[in-house]
Amino acid sequence: MKKRRNPALTILFSVISVVYIAPILIVLMNSFKRKAYINRYPFALPNADTFVGLENYTSGIEKIDFWRAFGYSVFITTVSVAVILLCTSMCAWYITRVPGPFSRIFYTLCLFAMVVPFQMVMFPLSKVTDLLRLNTPIGIVPVYLGFGAGLAVFLFCGFMRSIPIEVEEAAMIDGCSPTQTFFFAVLPMLRPTLISVGILETMWIWNDYLLPLLVLNQKKYKTLPIAIQYLKGGYGSIDWGAMMAMLVLAIVPIIVFYLALQKHIIKGVAAGAVKG
Amino acid sequence: MEKAIKKTFALFALPTLAAFVIGFFVPFILGIYLSFCRFTTISDAQFTGLANYRALAGDGVFLHSLWFTAAFTAVTVVLINVLAFAAALLLTRSFRGTNVFRAVFFLPNLIGGIVLGYIWQLIFNGILSIFGRTLTYSSVYGFWGLVVLMCWQQIGYMMIIYIAGLQSIPDALYEAARIDGANGRQLLFRVTVPMSMPAITICTFLTLTNSFKLFDQNLALTAGQPSQMTELLALNIYNTFYGRAGWEGVGQAKAVVFFLLVALLAMIQTRLTRSREVQQ
Repeated sequence: MKKRRNPALTILFSVISVVYIAPILIVLMNSFKRKAYINRYPFALPNADTFVGLENYTSGIEKIDFWRAFGYSVFITTVSVAVILLCTSMCAWYITRVPGPFSRIFYTLCLFAMVVPFQMVMFPLSKVTDLLRLNTPIGIVPVYLGFGAGLAVFLFCGFMRSIPIEVEEAAMIDGCSPTQTFFFAVLPMLRPTLISVGILETMWIWNDYLLPLLVLNQKKYKTLPIAIQYLKGGYGSIDWGAMMAMLVLAIVPIIVFYLALQKHIIKGVAAGAVKG
Repeated sequence: MEKAIKKTFALFALPTLAAFVIGFFVPFILGIYLSFCRFTTISDAQFTGLANYRALAGDGVFLHSLWFTAAFTAVTVVLINVLAFAAALLLTRSFRGTNVFRAVFFLPNLIGGIVLGYIWQLIFNGILSIFGRTLTYSSVYGFWGLVVLMCWQQIGYMMIIYIAGLQSIPDALYEAARIDGANGRQLLFRVTVPMSMPAITICTFLTLTNSFKLFDQNLALTAGQPSQMTELLALNIYNTFYGRAGWEGVGQAKAVVFFLLVALLAMIQTRLTRSREVQQ
């Protein structure tokens, strides 16, 4: 087939793209305006009267203790995702290589867990985690492992059924223990699925609001989405200046993450979905 | 080999299993039991039979949120899938900048629901203030606000899945159809759409469950205002639990109904679209 270039489509999509990105740009622009002008005239450019520099940023950072919340979010996301990747890939290997009633039942439960809405378990879960003292940034990690297990086990199992078992048999015959076989022969082959699962779980945990709100001790630990929601006062009033600045600070890491890993993210999403 | 691996159960399978039991399985079973109880914490639960279910059947706000959620889900599933499929069709043609455009459409998906809700609250209130209104003036504004937000967030994600589907259709099929004299319309509905059924199955499943289970965006955009008229099911359940003392049992019963609805919808939907998939 011959390649044709169609400039009309390029122009059309350029316009759509600008409109698509506009809400984010409008938030960025408003983050530099005095708060009284934001909600009333969100589309007006800042001028000499309304421009306040970084005032919204400094007041917002102070108001919600931004760096603390950011730190907790980074900690919980990275540790949880690392634990999920390690534990569920090992578990999926066990399930696919040791067939039997345990493997069958656990695999079915994992599929089942993916459909259950969070509201179904949120109240008992918050009581169970309080009882077990899992209400800290470290304690929430096993909770995320339990919740993320469904999707992760499912995706890993799907991939493991497609890789040749001969590699593992050869490793074992050469004297590897099962643990060595997994870490030296299986894990390197899992790379694409590790990336895919890692990205899906990162997106979920970084943005998660309700689970950490109910599990973590709210007097001490707030993640970023919780801190932002906290800007809405008791009577529904919002400090729009601080809000704009905090929204920008919440979006920036996401954009950096996206630009750095864009190819993997788009591939990972497509691969994760095709198997779903 | 199987025997050797079996001995590693404690190291390989147990951590995930234990976390799954604590984080999901026990709360799930407790949740079903508690839906038949009156309680404020788990230890003071008293069995009351179907009382909670009778109470929810008479809860007008809950029934309203059920219809509101159903309408919202129906509108967003159709809009998102049609627009995402159209975008995928256009962006698999050859013209300058397709990769950039794909990246742009995907971006909102990475932003969390709470942040998205406040971004759009600003935009909608800015537009509506021209007419002297706000987003919480009427539930109609809230409804379409949620629809626009959801489309903005989800189109890019579904588009990526559709693009992967479209790229797996062999060119030979199109050539054969052209030789048989098919026009553009026939190519689309007789080749492209049937060959994309697996992607359509996945995308309708994802949009259906995402819309039905939506919570964060709803909380940040309207918080159910005006007077709980824009509450989707998930938010209604949350407010029953944490907003009305003594109603925890009813909240849990609502959650069970909610779960059964999601499971039922997911089952019907996959049956329907799977049956239309063609073997290659």
